Amino acid sequence: MVIEVHDLVKTFNGTTAVDRLSFTAGRGEILGLLGPNGAGKTTAIQMLLGIIEPTAGSIHVFGKNIATHRQDILQRLNFSSAYVSLPQNLRVMDNLRVFAGIYGVANWREKSMELLRLFEIDGLAARKTGQLSSGESTRLHLCKALLNDPELLLLDEPTASLDPDIADKVRKLLRRIQRERGITVLYTSHNMREIEEICDRVIFLHHGRKMAEGPPRDVIAKFNQQSLEQVFIRIVRDGELQSSEQKPAQ
Amino acid sequence: MNLRRITALLLRYLLLYRQSWTRIMEIFFWPVMDLLVWGFLTSYLLQVGSSQVPALITFLIGSMIFWDLLYRAQQSVTISFLEDVWARNLLNIFVAPVTIGEFLTATFALGIIKVLVNGLVLALLAWALYAFNIFQLGFTLIPFVLSLMLMGWAMGMVTVALIMRWGHAAEALAWGIPFLVQPLSAVFYPVSVLPVWLHPIAWALPSTYVFEGMRQVLATGQAPWRMFWWSLGLNLVYLIASGVFFRHIFGIVRQKGLLAKLGME
Repeated sequence: MVIEVHDLVKTFNGTTAVDRLSFTAGRGEILGLLGPNGAGKTTAIQMLLGIIEPTAGSIHVFGKNIATHRQDILQRLNFSSAYVSLPQNLRVMDNLRVFAGIYGVANWREKSMELLRLFEIDGLAARKTGQLSSGESTRLHLCKALLNDPELLLLDEPTASLDPDIADKVRKLLRRIQRERGITVLYTSHNMREIEEICDRVIFLHHGRKMAEGPPRDVIAKFNQQSLEQVFIRIVRDGELQSSEQKPAQ
Repeated sequence: MNLRRITALLLRYLLLYRQSWTRIMEIFFWPVMDLLVWGFLTSYLLQVGSSQVPALITFLIGSMIFWDLLYRAQQSVTISFLEDVWARNLLNIFVAPVTIGEFLTATFALGIIKVLVNGLVLALLAWALYAFNIFQLGFTLIPFVLSLMLMGWAMGMVTVALIMRWGHAAEALAWGIPFLVQPLSAVFYPVSVLPVWLHPIAWALPSTYVFEGMRQVLATGQAPWRMFWWSLGLNLVYLIASGVFFRHIFGIVRQKGLLAKLGME
């Protein structure tokens, strides 16, 4: 297993953000983490990245405990989020050079150009990052996220600021790269169609608790709905669904 | 002009102060620091005779250059951190395999570069404009500059820790913290000018030994090494203490999820 999360709990001033969350992700799997705002998705990802300390429970990535092997783990994964940026006043290539240095990437120039070509933004290598459009900027973040050939990619709403055309291109490209390289991906998004398209398996979170888990098609069938979007709405509106007869997370 | 809209805007700015002790402190901080520094300097000028004015000007130029070097060293740590906050790049750095020690060392290294460049430019300008040749004093001042840099780094660590803990509201500390120690460091006047009850606090600061030492070097051409060793010793204590403080605050920040919040705001 690439990710093993066991009984993870996080409380902030008495409010439980993540409540006894357990899940695993295997090699080459794309796992979607879904839920409404405040469901605990981002907190869970940030605990996986070691920037938030869990209140209880354990996180093992690549078989190592994040609490004791954070640097080793971070060297082998990468992260991209619609809510973080790269320094706007640096050129595209300079940004990649800095992160190549941090991750110890050999032949950074060739590697960076290869990724920029892959995402069709190689013509922007000399441009300042602040001059990029949202779509170009997102693709640059993904280049940064792939610089160290990660075995695990944590993508927090990576297509949130993209128009449908670019979002579609990015998804297809991500899927292709993920298949070719066998990368494990943990993916969060509010776009349920995107999740259905890209994820092998999904976990629904609500109030920090796991409400459902399984391949998108199975989850849809389990809830007798037509789409993940309908499942999403039902879970959120029904509230504490774990008390219902279905007990889908079990 | 619409009074209702002006009142609403005024309220918007006033409400910021209700939630932030750092902003309230800032209202009083700068005027008080200015009053202390210029007040003590005036007392010093009144004490010395007019015959000593040329020597005083030399001291003041030297003090200003040294003060700026201390300030740059502190700023190299704090502004580097804030650059990543402002660019929303902080999480990219802290989810990479970068240790806190590596992050701080990089900012310290930037401090060395800034201090060297800054020191050179100020020294050349002082020589060109005021015939103040700091290089005439030779290498005796270099250890004192290094000691100031250590103090700048220690203050930088404390400032970054406070910004991590209290977020954007504490950003003003990046510029304010060095000025907190300025009146007591005897930057522009000797410790003897300060009230006696402030002397122990002044001598507890490494910078005081550096500025007093600098004045002695400028006055006599002899380096008071005892002063240097005191400043170095105190700096080591402060560096260790600020490192421990930083680590402690970083732990709290991780528990409360504040780094992620700061990095995504």
